[in-house]
Amino acid sequence: MIHRPSPHRRRARSTQDVMRDVLLALVPGTLVMLWLYGPGVLTNLLLTLIAGVATEAAVMRLRGRAVKPPLRDLSALVASALIGLSLPPLAPFWIPLLAGVLAIGLGKQLFGGLGHNPFNPAMVAYAVLLISFPVAMTTTWVSPTRVPDLLATLGHQFGGADGWSGATPLDRYKDLATRLTQSEIAQDPLFNAGLVMPWALLALAWALGGAFLIWRRATFWHAPAGLILGILLPAGVFGYDGDQFVPASMHLLTGATVFAAFFIVTDPVSGATSPRGRLAFGFGAGVLTWVIRTYGGYPDAIAFAVLLMNLAAPMLDQFTRPRVYGHDAARKGPVLEKRS
Amino acid sequence: MSDIVLILVGTVLVNNFVLVQFLGLCPFLGVSTKIDSALGMSLATTFVLTLSSAASYLIYTYLLVPLEVEFLRTIAFILGIAIAVQFTEMMVRKTSPLLYKVLGIFLPLITTNCAVLGVAHLNLGKAHNFFESLIYGFGAAAGFSLVLILFASLRERLGRADIPAPFQGPAIGMISAGIMALAFMGFGGVTAP
Repeated sequence: MIHRPSPHRRRARSTQDVMRDVLLALVPGTLVMLWLYGPGVLTNLLLTLIAGVATEAAVMRLRGRAVKPPLRDLSALVASALIGLSLPPLAPFWIPLLAGVLAIGLGKQLFGGLGHNPFNPAMVAYAVLLISFPVAMTTTWVSPTRVPDLLATLGHQFGGADGWSGATPLDRYKDLATRLTQSEIAQDPLFNAGLVMPWALLALAWALGGAFLIWRRATFWHAPAGLILGILLPAGVFGYDGDQFVPASMHLLTGATVFAAFFIVTDPVSGATSPRGRLAFGFGAGVLTWVIRTYGGYPDAIAFAVLLMNLAAPMLDQFTRPRVYGHDAARKGPVLEKRS
Repeated sequence: MSDIVLILVGTVLVNNFVLVQFLGLCPFLGVSTKIDSALGMSLATTFVLTLSSAASYLIYTYLLVPLEVEFLRTIAFILGIAIAVQFTEMMVRKTSPLLYKVLGIFLPLITTNCAVLGVAHLNLGKAHNFFESLIYGFGAAAGFSLVLILFASLRERLGRADIPAPFQGPAIGMISAGIMALAFMGFGGVTAP
């Protein structure tokens, strides 16, 4: 009956299938974000998607290649959606447009497109924008206690309107912790539903999407587990003093931790590929995130941490090559001298 | 003890010599096409930088200052560095002819690595004592080695990528180095707790 050697499973999952799963997994989180931050989330998403897809098509045309196949695998949509969801909801309209162009142009196509980019495209775009436009990128968040309507959102994004933007919880806590104790910080109007509510609902929604991805085998558990462990471990060991440091619960449930755990560090192209490598990749990104959040100048450091670990990913792969079946325990140490 | 840690973290990550202060870019771009040569270059540079940073301190404090010829420091430092490099070259040649061959022209070129002279001058500017100079030189070299080796492993991967024709070779190397520098900017403002 079986006329081919193994593997016998017929239909390999295409890139398109995996990308469709990722897009589906983003839906619950996007809906919660919409409820938390207002319509700015959708306009951001729309603008980055348009810019990202247009850039992908333009590069393909410039390189004299077929435009349709790379668009059909949906990877441009995923990268654009990820950066669109990372942007502050009241950012001026040119921020999401630039983000889409940077993510696809600089982050992905300049290195040869899908499968070749050494850095996570969404995080490249985020880091470039954060360094270039620090004010537009950090002062345009929304406090869930006061969600702007469509008109106010468009006023922020396309006009010079102001008055609805606020700080992120991590930023506010770190700022207040320099002079207040934890119980005093909890009195702040931003935290009147508790230190982690309502952002914890968003984290839950991202986790739901992530669970879906793992169930569909579109991704693996190693990198997310590594990232969460990498943030919680130092936050629990060194940062237990809530009067000085942001508590571990906020590190986990506010900010971009859960989103990044399931959608950013799981990028199969720019991350490490071996199971132990993925675990180390996530863990390293987590520790770096905690270090930069705690001692550095940037409130949410995931983008930098992920880029730094992208840099280390080829090395991680070198050092964590899986044992070849049938061999004894892998030789310790680097495989460097084996080559050449 | 905490001073040493601070100097090390500062030079390796926060003020990385290559990616934040942009010193030593020529070997960074020149010897980063293969991991093996990058490793050798890192070891040689680490040795030279630590040695020359200590030597420069001694030359300045015990030779130039007593003779009141501090204005000669750049020339004196270059001389000290050249001696350290010559010494390293002789040593590498005798102990590892293979490495000597791999490093080729880049070994004597450590003399012109601006990071080496930069460290000597920065030590002076920061009023480091002998021990601090030694650690500072070592930290600078460790930071240089770290990014050089990571960059080399990245470039080996880029060698297999389908990069658009106009960006192949050094161009994509420069762009990757730029994104690396961007990533290291995340450490900007990292200060002691």
